[in-house]
Amino acid sequence: MEKTSNSSVFLLTVNGQIEGANFPDYDNLYCKYCYVYGHDWAPTTVSTVEKHCITQITSKSSQSHKLIWNFPLETTFKSTNPSGWPQLVVSVYGPDVFGNDVVRGYGATHIPFTPGQHIRTIPMFVPEPTWRLQKFTGWLLGRRPEYTDPKVVAHGEGREVTRVRSQGFVTVSFHIMTKDMKRMGYDTGPTNSSTVQFATSSQSRDAQ
Amino acid sequence: MAASSDIREKLRMKRRALQDTLVKNKNEDDIQALVPSAKFNVDNQPTAMKEAEGSDEDPGESLRRTLRAQREKRKTKLLLEQPFVQDEDVGEVSPTQYNSPNEGPSSRVDDSVVSTRPPTGSQRGVSVKSEQPSSSLHLDTFVTRHLQEKLRAARSKGESLQQQETSKDSSEPVSRLQRLKDRDTITRFDREADPVSSGRHDDPLTLRSRVKFQEQARRVEKDFPTTEEAYNFFTFNYEPDQPSKPESKSKMRQKQRDGVEEDDRDENGQEEAEVEEEDEAEEDNQDQNEFQSEEAPLVRNEDNLFVIDHLPQDFVEVRKAEYVGFKKRVQRDCELLFTPSFRAVPTSVKLPENTMPRFLEDEGLYVGQRPAVSLTNKNISENRILKMAEGSKWFGDDGKILALPDPIKESSTRPPLFHMDEELDPALQTVYRKAMKSQYANLYIAGATDPEGDYQLDVDVSGLIFSHHPLFSREHVLASRLAQLYDQYLSRQQNNLTGHLTEKLNGLRKALRNMMRIHGEQGSSEALQHRISEYSLEVRNTRQLRDLEQEKDRTLLRSIIKVWKEIKSLREFQKYTNTPFKLFLRRENVDRALDEWEYEGEILKEVLELEAESEEQYQKKLAEYNKQLEDWKLWRKKQKAKQKKKKKKSQTQDDTEEEQEEEEEQDQTESEDQFEEDPVKPEVPERPDIDSLERWVREKASRIRRKPGEAILVPELCTSGGVTASDLCPRAEVARREDVSRRSLFIKILYNYKEVSRTDSCSLSTDFRVHFGQIFNLKVLNCPQSINLQVFEEIGSSYSLLAQVFVPVPDPSVVTGRAPIEEIEFSSNQHVMFDHEGVGSDVPLSFESDGSNKLTLLTSGKLSCCVSWGIGEEGVPLAPPLSQHPGGTHRGLGHLDAVSYIGASGLYDMKKIGEWAVQSRLDPNDPKNTSIMHLLKVASSGEVTAPDYFRLEHLQEEFNFVSDEEMESSKRFRLLRLRNQEAPEFRNYKFVPLLEREVSDKVFQDYEKRLKDGETIDTRQHLNPHRAVVAKYLQQIRESVINRFILTKHHYQLSDLVIEEEIPSIGILGINLFKLAESKRPLKPQRIERKKVTAQNLSDGDIKLLINVIRAHNIPIRKPQSSKPGQSSQSAVQGSDWYLSQVQVRPFVEVSFQRTVLQTTTADGPNPSWNEELQLPFNAPNGDYSTGSLQSVKDEVFINIFDEVLYETGPDDKSRATSIHTQIEKHWLGSVKIPFSTIYSQSKIDGAFKVNTPAVLLGYSREHGNTSVYDQWRSTQGGTFVRLFITVEPQLVPGESVREKIKEAEFNSQEDERLLQASEKFEKHAAGGYPDRPCITTVIDLSGKTIFITRYIRPLNPPQEFLDAFPNNPQEATSLVARYVSLIPSLPDQVSFSATCDLLSTCDQFLTLLAGDEQEHAVLLCNYFLFLGKKAWLIIGTAIPEGPTAYVLTHEQSGYFIWNPSSGQFYEKGDTFCPLQTVGCLVNSDNVWFNIQENPSPLHTNFDITKVKMWKPFFSRSFSHPGLSSVQPEELAYRQTDKAAAAELQDRVEKILKEKIMEWRPRHPTRWNRYCTTTLKQFLPKLEQSRGQDVAEGHRVELQNLLGDYRISGFPLHLPFSEVGPIIEAVHSTGVHNIHSSNVEFALAVYIQPYPNNVPSVWVYLASLVRT
Repeated sequence: MEKTSNSSVFLLTVNGQIEGANFPDYDNLYCKYCYVYGHDWAPTTVSTVEKHCITQITSKSSQSHKLIWNFPLETTFKSTNPSGWPQLVVSVYGPDVFGNDVVRGYGATHIPFTPGQHIRTIPMFVPEPTWRLQKFTGWLLGRRPEYTDPKVVAHGEGREVTRVRSQGFVTVSFHIMTKDMKRMGYDTGPTNSSTVQFATSSQSRDAQ
Repeated sequence: MAASSDIREKLRMKRRALQDTLVKNKNEDDIQALVPSAKFNVDNQPTAMKEAEGSDEDPGESLRRTLRAQREKRKTKLLLEQPFVQDEDVGEVSPTQYNSPNEGPSSRVDDSVVSTRPPTGSQRGVSVKSEQPSSSLHLDTFVTRHLQEKLRAARSKGESLQQQETSKDSSEPVSRLQRLKDRDTITRFDREADPVSSGRHDDPLTLRSRVKFQEQARRVEKDFPTTEEAYNFFTFNYEPDQPSKPESKSKMRQKQRDGVEEDDRDENGQEEAEVEEEDEAEEDNQDQNEFQSEEAPLVRNEDNLFVIDHLPQDFVEVRKAEYVGFKKRVQRDCELLFTPSFRAVPTSVKLPENTMPRFLEDEGLYVGQRPAVSLTNKNISENRILKMAEGSKWFGDDGKILALPDPIKESSTRPPLFHMDEELDPALQTVYRKAMKSQYANLYIAGATDPEGDYQLDVDVSGLIFSHHPLFSREHVLASRLAQLYDQYLSRQQNNLTGHLTEKLNGLRKALRNMMRIHGEQGSSEALQHRISEYSLEVRNTRQLRDLEQEKDRTLLRSIIKVWKEIKSLREFQKYTNTPFKLFLRRENVDRALDEWEYEGEILKEVLELEAESEEQYQKKLAEYNKQLEDWKLWRKKQKAKQKKKKKKSQTQDDTEEEQEEEEEQDQTESEDQFEEDPVKPEVPERPDIDSLERWVREKASRIRRKPGEAILVPELCTSGGVTASDLCPRAEVARREDVSRRSLFIKILYNYKEVSRTDSCSLSTDFRVHFGQIFNLKVLNCPQSINLQVFEEIGSSYSLLAQVFVPVPDPSVVTGRAPIEEIEFSSNQHVMFDHEGVGSDVPLSFESDGSNKLTLLTSGKLSCCVSWGIGEEGVPLAPPLSQHPGGTHRGLGHLDAVSYIGASGLYDMKKIGEWAVQSRLDPNDPKNTSIMHLLKVASSGEVTAPDYFRLEHLQEEFNFVSDEEMESSKRFRLLRLRNQEAPEFRNYKFVPLLEREVSDKVFQDYEKRLKDGETIDTRQHLNPHRAVVAKYLQQIRESVINRFILTKHHYQLSDLVIEEEIPSIGILGINLFKLAESKRPLKPQRIERKKVTAQNLSDGDIKLLINVIRAHNIPIRKPQSSKPGQSSQSAVQGSDWYLSQVQVRPFVEVSFQRTVLQTTTADGPNPSWNEELQLPFNAPNGDYSTGSLQSVKDEVFINIFDEVLYETGPDDKSRATSIHTQIEKHWLGSVKIPFSTIYSQSKIDGAFKVNTPAVLLGYSREHGNTSVYDQWRSTQGGTFVRLFITVEPQLVPGESVREKIKEAEFNSQEDERLLQASEKFEKHAAGGYPDRPCITTVIDLSGKTIFITRYIRPLNPPQEFLDAFPNNPQEATSLVARYVSLIPSLPDQVSFSATCDLLSTCDQFLTLLAGDEQEHAVLLCNYFLFLGKKAWLIIGTAIPEGPTAYVLTHEQSGYFIWNPSSGQFYEKGDTFCPLQTVGCLVNSDNVWFNIQENPSPLHTNFDITKVKMWKPFFSRSFSHPGLSSVQPEELAYRQTDKAAAAELQDRVEKILKEKIMEWRPRHPTRWNRYCTTTLKQFLPKLEQSRGQDVAEGHRVELQNLLGDYRISGFPLHLPFSEVGPIIEAVHSTGVHNIHSSNVEFALAVYIQPYPNNVPSVWVYLASLVRT
């Protein structure tokens, strides 16, 4: 590892929130998330990014079957190379019928690279058991198949061996700011000084 | 209202009053003082009081009414201050109202006193205000109760006063008079107030009671000051009613309670009865009151004192917590709250009296729908409104609440949202859109520094001609058609294509004729023939073209005439003319004969040509026919022959008719078959019919050409004809013409989609032409993208867009003046229809009488305009230069990019390429363009030929963001590529710099060096040239294996990605069920399996190495220090005594790992117990915590045992008596090293480890007296042991073996498939039954092939010298061989090959490499033993600390021996300290046996392999040994030892070590004791000879003799040799260099004994000497 203190970097600031999820059949879910990024990327704040972070448990309201977390995200990356652009990997967990904590979905999305506000709806999926019997025993014992590492979903490699089933959606809103991208020759959108977008605060669309 | 000044004022007043009355009776004082102060207080806040009055208006009407009359009466008596006094009284008294009901009579008095003290201010005011609104009817009863209470109190007081007065001295009345006077002076108000109160109350009692009554009065008279009254109050000059005061005073004194009652009665008529009753009760209680009044003075006195002493207390109001009883609260709530009733309100209440409800609806007026309100709600609100003042105004005439009609529409205008909890309808969702950068905003023409702009675009809009307009009349339609046709005619005439082609045809014919002539003369040559045919083809084509053109000419002329005729007939029909068109047909007479001759000649020629052609065609066909016929005939013949044969055959064979018949039938069928299969006999082609040809030609000629002799008709169109005047036209036509005249047109000019200018609006002329003739000069700043002219039609004031015309942006070379006016056609699909003569647009129109042949005309026309670049004053064109178009589009300007112009698919379209070539003005002379010009030439010359090749990825270039050369030269790209290729140096390289210049060249140094080193061998780093070669070779193997491993690493299986519960078998289910019944907290808890952590999630600092140092056994103990050799023996004699008296040893353990050093506390004695846990952080190389990376960690855990020695150093003489200086030295006793890879793969290591102790430890001995049987037994084992528990926290998932993957991958095998399957089955079975016993049947050799393990076992010869050394003692030879094997350095496979990829090299490879793991050592040792004639097996098992490993088992007469190949030591089968823990399987050259005994430890294992119940053989009767040949060589060749090299190496090592030691002691001088060094050097060969056996005593004594007065500690280290690094490391770990005492000296000796094949045995003797 070399110190990059004197070399030029560009910065990517991610603000936003994991707004909520739509899992029609499940309730009392919580969400783990982490970032996956390439070799040329590093978070400027180690604490929140290096580890898996975890949200609170949310329940559905009586009227709405949407799960709302509104869990804030905030981090800043520095990088020297757009390759390996950070991805947000989200995995949702919750209790099953017997109260075992099982995984309800994995999903990943690239962090948008255009400055401004973005809303991403991440389709969530879980790996399928290999056999029917395993499906049954997994259900019975509360041991569903899980990825060895949630970060697997951010990579393409090796994914061909898994079969997955879609589960629901997680909505994430991002407010993206970049610094020095253009100076380094990466034009990611209409961001000259006059047209910088100031992301308006997004309100959860289904807060009620 | 409570300003502090007020309070202060009050205080002052009070104090004064007190002073005034201090001499007098205090009781009275009290009373007197209170009133004035209260009054004064009031005086200060008149406004607040008024506010209070204002709010007094609310109270119940009835009360007001009853009072009003009284008030009227009393008005004149009222004094100015009255209202204030009353208000103030209320304020002060109100708290007592709360308190009194709950208090006893006596306390009530006190309380009243307290409460009437100067108040704390605002609180009072608040209470006043809060009280006032509550004054309703209920209040009255409440008030009455109060009154009664007050009355009672007052009465008692009055009585007591009277008593006091009578009892007091005579001066009392005087003073009282004075007091009254005083009071007058102080508070006029009070006195003036008195009459009022007396007027109402006639209170004869004390002032105190009067105050109470005053309050009551005020309560009643709250409403007194109305506005009118207030006005009077300030303006009128009332005469103070003086006489009334004394009167009232006298009344006060003289009148008794009756008066009070009367007064009450006056005021509150309602209360009278109650009061009377109360009064009676009061009278009854009089005795009691009197009794109380006797006590009262005391109390009052106290109060007075209290007031004087504690003035500040006056601010603090002390009273009991207010509690209001439930009933009371309910009652009060009732006072406060109004609950409107639900009941309907009768209409009469709602309406003004005596009015009947009026229903507007009945009267026929419209009344809107009232909003729906529930009846209850309506009633409630009606009731509420009625309660309000002027409530009735809310009611309409019909007695209902006024209401507007229901404003809610019946149906919602907004679409219903059926989403509820769904997401919002996407159509309704707010969508975030990024700000768009205007496409043209920043496309300024570069170089346009002058904001005025140097570029000017001139747009000349000259005019507009409609070819169709909705207002066209039918005649106009025809006329315009005629005009068009005429235009066409003219242009054709101009081009004169027919003439052109005719001439060409003639020329060709002539040429052809010439050629034919030549051909006829000279005979045919191939080339000529070819040319002739070409020419004739050309002639034919040209003729066809000419015919076509002629036909067109003819039809054009015909249609012109036809249209003209139609016009004429139309004009006749409608009896007026609309258009000025006139067609003249000029006849040009021709010479008939000439014409006819030409005509005939032409026909003749054509016929001839056609004949020739058809002849040729016929010939061709004929030839074809002949060929086919030939074929057919041939076939026919064959067929016939066949038939004949068959017939013959049948004839010979037939015996019966039937058969013959059958045959015939068969034959028939056959022939039929044949007939079917027959090629049809070709038909003879017809001869072309010459006559018909001629006929056809003539027919055609007559159709397309003018007849011979017929005059040439030349049409001429002129506009000289007159148009019928409007007044002569029918009405419809007039309307049309009027409509036309109303219309006008103008044109907007849009530049880059922005309007820049517009023409004047010009009216449409009758001939539908508009002339604008305007030129617009546009100063241009932005790059021209589009110029758009919009045609608008204006009717009156409204205008509509008719059409849009896009004008191409002119070339910079096109400048004004030189540019021609262009006519640009436009059209619009507007649908227009008129009711007058105008034909409209997009309306079907027919000129036929029957309405057939309809045609639909759309508005269309031509706009003549011209766009060009302007010219400056000096004639400089104001056009932007060509090159200055940054990026973006190049449309119409300069160079055109081929792909962007015609699109990718267009590359195959020749036409488009041609178009592009023309457009972009390719330079035909540019060599770059030759190919394309050639292509175009070919394409345009004749038929378009599709290219016969396919351009693969013709757009690849477009996607290359950088050229290949640049890619190569850029350091950054190189770095990125290398990282992507996973080159070892860059595999986890972080932060490839962003900019090229930030990539330092240093980055590549290692990589390049490695590449370069591929060839050259650096001998410097290695002490031995041979080792260098070996290292190189190892490196290469390592790389190849790594590459292979990387390949397999990217091959994923489901289990690599998904954790999935195994399908539980029945057994496991049973166990699980059993587990449910298991106790939650068992008495003997077992270690719970820790959660395993996948390595990827980890980062620096997450992993810790836990080392639990439990205890050690048999640590060498110190020998008594003595300078004389004799003493040592003496001491040995006196062993027990010495043992008791002296510290034997103080050992501690130091653990070092990755340069982190931790140590335990110091324990005592040779068998210490520490039981300490040490935590060492672990850092993976490069921060890469992947499994592969962790497996390749080479770091080792060093566990060193030291003895802590304390020396008293000579202290100063002065301080000797008081202090002792000690110096700590640590002496190395031994070490254990455990590679991290072992810990990682085993996840935990638990056991007693044999400490690697030096053969000799100077100053220490292992014999420490026969203290116990146990120790004695132990000492025979001759080893020091330390018990450790090592693990990694958190537990890491050990990298699974790549073996399986490798098997799957390209790792092929030479073994028989059947054998492999069997071995797989065998291993699986073994793993299933005994998961903890390793079983290996196949291994992978260095080339990556799977090989059965028995092939490795074969007797091999050890070096001859070992055999020769002890010819008579095979036992010695055995140990020599074992020692030799152990001297070969060991290198775990995992480390060398960065994965748990078990590679096994053959013995010769092993001896060449001189490095290998335990398996290789074991195989070699086993082979040697076999050679020596022993029964030997390979044991595959697990041992401490290696984990899965291989040992060697030999069978001798005395029993079974287990050999550790890496150390050369052997253990008897029963040895408890044998490091081997489990025996998995045994291998020899014939078979593999798997241990299926219950206890796998060697102690309990029966090694009789013949017993099938204990050992499961691989090859059995069912699967016999296939006779596998050995992979080992026949014989091992050994290179002889090179003594000279060894001596050189010895010197080098010694030099290096000495340097290192000095290096490690940077702050201290390092002295070498030469004498000692030489002595030590002499010992070393002896040690080597004795193979490290215990010769310590002897040479220690010797040493002692030599160096009498030194305290020596030292030891020899014995090491196998691979590189110098490990030796340095070992020396460093002993910590000898850490002795910092000033007079220390060192001695270091190195001895290297070479063994065959460059296996050296290295001895390092280290000693430190301290002069005593």
